[in-house]
Amino acid sequence: MPDTQSLVNDFLNKLRKRKIEGSQATAKQTAELLRSVISQTRVPYTNQAGALIDAVKAVGEQLIAANPIELAVGNIVRRVLHIIREEDLSLTNAAIAGLNLSGVSDDEDGAEGDEQPVLSAAVLAAAARSTLRPPSLQTLLEDVPDSAAVPHTSSSGGDSEGKSKSADKSSRSRKLKHDVIEAVNELIQDIVTCHDQIAEQAVEHIHHNEVILTLGSSRTVLEFLCAAKEKKRSFRVIVAEGAPRYQGHLLAKELVTRGLQTTLITDSAVFAMISRVNMVIVGAHVVMANGGVIAPVGLNMVALAAKRHAVPFVVLAGSHKLCPLYPHNPEVLLNELRSPSELLDFGEFSDCMDFGSGTGSPLLHVVNPTFDYVPPKLVSLFITDTGGHNPSYMYRLIADYYSADDLVVQRRPTPGN
Amino acid sequence: MEPRRTSRTVSDPKVRQVGFFTSQHHHHHHHHLPERSFSEPPLPDPFHTSTSTSSAPVTDVSPSGNLLSPVMILPSRHHSDNLHRLSHRATSPTASFSYFARAVVVRENDDSLLSPGRRGIAVKSPSSVVAASSFPKGGFDLTAVKASSVPASKLTTVSVVNLPPGISEKAGGASVEVQNDRPAKSKPLKQKTSKAERRATQEAQRAAKAAAKAFFNLLLKLAVDLYSLAEGSKTSAAVPGPVNSANTKTAKSPKSPSQKNDAVSVAAAEKKAGDRQLEKDRKKDVPHPRMQYDDQSRVEKAKRRAVVKQTEARNRVELFRHLPQYEHGTQLPDLESKFFQLDPMHPAVYKVGLQYLSGDICGGNARCIAMLQAFQETIRSYSTPPEKSLVRDLTAKISSYVSFLNECRPLSISMGNAIRFLKSTIAKLPLSMSESEAKATLQADIDRFINEKIILADNVIVKHAVTKIRDGDVLLTYGASSAVEMVLLHAHELGKQFRVVVVDSRPKLEGQLLLRRLVGRGLGCTYTHINAVSYIMHEVTRVFLGASSILSNGTVYSRVGTACVAMAAHAFGVPVLVCCEAYKFHERVQLDSICFNELGDPDAISKVHGREEINYLDGSTNSENLQLLNLTYDATPSDYVSIVITDYGMVPPTSVPVIVREYRKEHLWI
Repeated sequence: MPDTQSLVNDFLNKLRKRKIEGSQATAKQTAELLRSVISQTRVPYTNQAGALIDAVKAVGEQLIAANPIELAVGNIVRRVLHIIREEDLSLTNAAIAGLNLSGVSDDEDGAEGDEQPVLSAAVLAAAARSTLRPPSLQTLLEDVPDSAAVPHTSSSGGDSEGKSKSADKSSRSRKLKHDVIEAVNELIQDIVTCHDQIAEQAVEHIHHNEVILTLGSSRTVLEFLCAAKEKKRSFRVIVAEGAPRYQGHLLAKELVTRGLQTTLITDSAVFAMISRVNMVIVGAHVVMANGGVIAPVGLNMVALAAKRHAVPFVVLAGSHKLCPLYPHNPEVLLNELRSPSELLDFGEFSDCMDFGSGTGSPLLHVVNPTFDYVPPKLVSLFITDTGGHNPSYMYRLIADYYSADDLVVQRRPTPGN
Repeated sequence: MEPRRTSRTVSDPKVRQVGFFTSQHHHHHHHHLPERSFSEPPLPDPFHTSTSTSSAPVTDVSPSGNLLSPVMILPSRHHSDNLHRLSHRATSPTASFSYFARAVVVRENDDSLLSPGRRGIAVKSPSSVVAASSFPKGGFDLTAVKASSVPASKLTTVSVVNLPPGISEKAGGASVEVQNDRPAKSKPLKQKTSKAERRATQEAQRAAKAAAKAFFNLLLKLAVDLYSLAEGSKTSAAVPGPVNSANTKTAKSPKSPSQKNDAVSVAAAEKKAGDRQLEKDRKKDVPHPRMQYDDQSRVEKAKRRAVVKQTEARNRVELFRHLPQYEHGTQLPDLESKFFQLDPMHPAVYKVGLQYLSGDICGGNARCIAMLQAFQETIRSYSTPPEKSLVRDLTAKISSYVSFLNECRPLSISMGNAIRFLKSTIAKLPLSMSESEAKATLQADIDRFINEKIILADNVIVKHAVTKIRDGDVLLTYGASSAVEMVLLHAHELGKQFRVVVVDSRPKLEGQLLLRRLVGRGLGCTYTHINAVSYIMHEVTRVFLGASSILSNGTVYSRVGTACVAMAAHAFGVPVLVCCEAYKFHERVQLDSICFNELGDPDAISKVHGREEINYLDGSTNSENLQLLNLTYDATPSDYVSIVITDYGMVPPTSVPVIVREYRKEHLWI
């Protein structure tokens, strides 16, 4: 436990000091941290899932508070919570299935056998209620959750069922933790490989001689473009530099070394050039549940220009960037102001900045936001590691990854289910 | 309007056209043709004569033509003519000549004779015209060139003074001149469509338009040469030979290059230094197809003339091949070293050119004023060389200066307008005026232009714009517009309480200069970069923008990025006010920012000023896969613009073409 605490503190410090760049790195590190938290948590005899959830929530709350803008942290915390719930549910189901089986076969054994199924049925019902799952026709009709409806945490599928038949309770608790850690590993794997999965779809979206515009730099975009290039597509890329960080220069350099025809322009020339562009492809910081995008600053302008010229605006986002929250005033509340020194030379303007000291408020303000909010109506398409989606579909996609109970992690420390 | 008309007429046989043309001609052309009048005195008065001149159809048409012409004449095309019109009223018969010839030209199609002019003037010989018929075409090309047709008109006036009798006698030379000259003038009046149609009705010979064009350029040159010859030494007798041959050959087979070359060489031999300039700057006066830098041959030619040795940038962006892009920073030392060698260049002009080149002077108004003042300087120290006329020689001089400045940095539209003004002013100088008087007049006129069109205009704009600023406003501006700056400062002086958001962008970061000046005057400012414009737009109540020019479709042509800002404002429902002096308006139209633009130094893109840690591109600028594009302007669609504040008041962008028209008119009679 002290081990995890120091790990957590380290990570908190990094988050607070904004030492971790990019949502992918943040997501990966968060998942790794939570994995070690889970593995170090001592699980009580009963209600193991509840204990794990509490432990993860406690840490998650701190992490989210450390950098509320980095929504990827919250996403991962929620994903892990969701995983715990799912694993617990599937174990329970498996246990019930086993017990039912044994109940059927041992029908004549008497009362002691009967008590168990009833008990776990109650647990099951509670679990079913608290789990957000895609409503399959079957669950709706029969009101019986079945393990087949449990999405995506496939590792727990066949083998756990086989094992849990004979499982006693202690092995079950170990089993839960083990399964959760397995699933978190898978999540980490997903985060690491999401670029590749997105990039695989590149050839389906880029045609020969296409002119693509992007702003700033995103690893996802880089890989996406390069994947298309490797598949022998020939196209041109126009890169807007993305002031004030000028990551576009970096992207341009990468693309050039990989042999793509690249044109570097200033951000102000976006409107001038967009009329000759076939498609805008950009990365995102976070995708909100309404299909809006928190993206590097400047992209709203690009999206507006693209809309004006009816150029498709495509956002690439790994699934760890999908956030189950709906934005409210995101331009301000989900933004971060960076140092003015990126825009103005303090040396040159120090006299101006002091100028208003007599009146109490300085005359000169410098605004240097990090993010832009692109409303869903400006986005033509999301490409995630699970395929392409409409902005209006994002809420549904997000429902696959998160439990409704977890949407608010910090405010209401709920008792475990 | 004209194009429409002509097209209507075209549906009719040529006769109709005749009527149409004639009516136009007599209005515009008579004046410069006085010398011909000698040869053709018998012709009736042009004003009333269309009827009498020739066939019946003509008569029918002409009255309408007469009625129309005063209305339909585009202002820009007149200006040079006004004078003449006056002068010519007196000699109205003269006019008839040109008028008449024109009619002939238009009507006749048969090839039989090249010398329409010669006998030509043989009005009634229907045969004349290969050459004649081809004129319109040439004019077409030239047309573009010649709105003010300063040189030509000037030429004619000169010749009138000097040598009427000589010319009239020289049937050959004179007539050729006449005709060549005429097309140049007539052209501006005709629209392209009309010409095209007319052409369509003409023989297959002319199918090759390019060749024909070249041919006409040639003719024009010849004409100019002839004039100069005639003027210099009245021995025009020698001339007819070559001219005629050139004429015939080219007329009959416009496609044969070798003949053209002959003609050219002849022409070249006779050419005086200034004439080429004349021709060149005629072109500058009208919205004409601009120099396209993807046209190899023309680029080569331009290079040979160039004073500034520019090196072509490598890795040019495919889309922008038609625009010049040069390496920056290399020319300056070279030019500086040439300072004492460049004989023909006036030091004042030279200085301004270097300032353009190095970027010390930028901004439409500043550049325009600097240029005009340099011209004032040159005029002050100007003296007419012997055997030359002030009007012609000075125009040529100015033209050479202009092309030098253009090499230093492509002219802005406002400068183009100012040059147009200056040239037309020169052209309109009364012949009787002494040199010192003329110089004084010109200097005063330039002063007046600067004062009225720029300084006073700005004052008026400030007055209007200030009424749109209320207490509590947050005003956003982009880059550094001098007009907007004045508005803000004035509003501040009036004690209005508002805040200013200065949005800036690389690579010029002009906003920082504006920011410094505003803060220095005590205005509360917020500074940000263009990417953050949609972040800041929430709090903004008005957007004030400057413009390099406003085109007649309402497009605002301005510092690159303006369109983005206007678009964001539009998206957030914030009104966009564009402050622009009316002298910057232009009748050209543009839909995108690509067909015409200015390319800045590409290296400014790869190096981020003041951020040495951003040097990602240091090693790769030589890669052929990487292109750096530094656009200077962009075109803001008019629907993003709520209002245009100009010296004529506050108007919607749709009213810009109206102002352009009216302004031109006023311009004429300055």
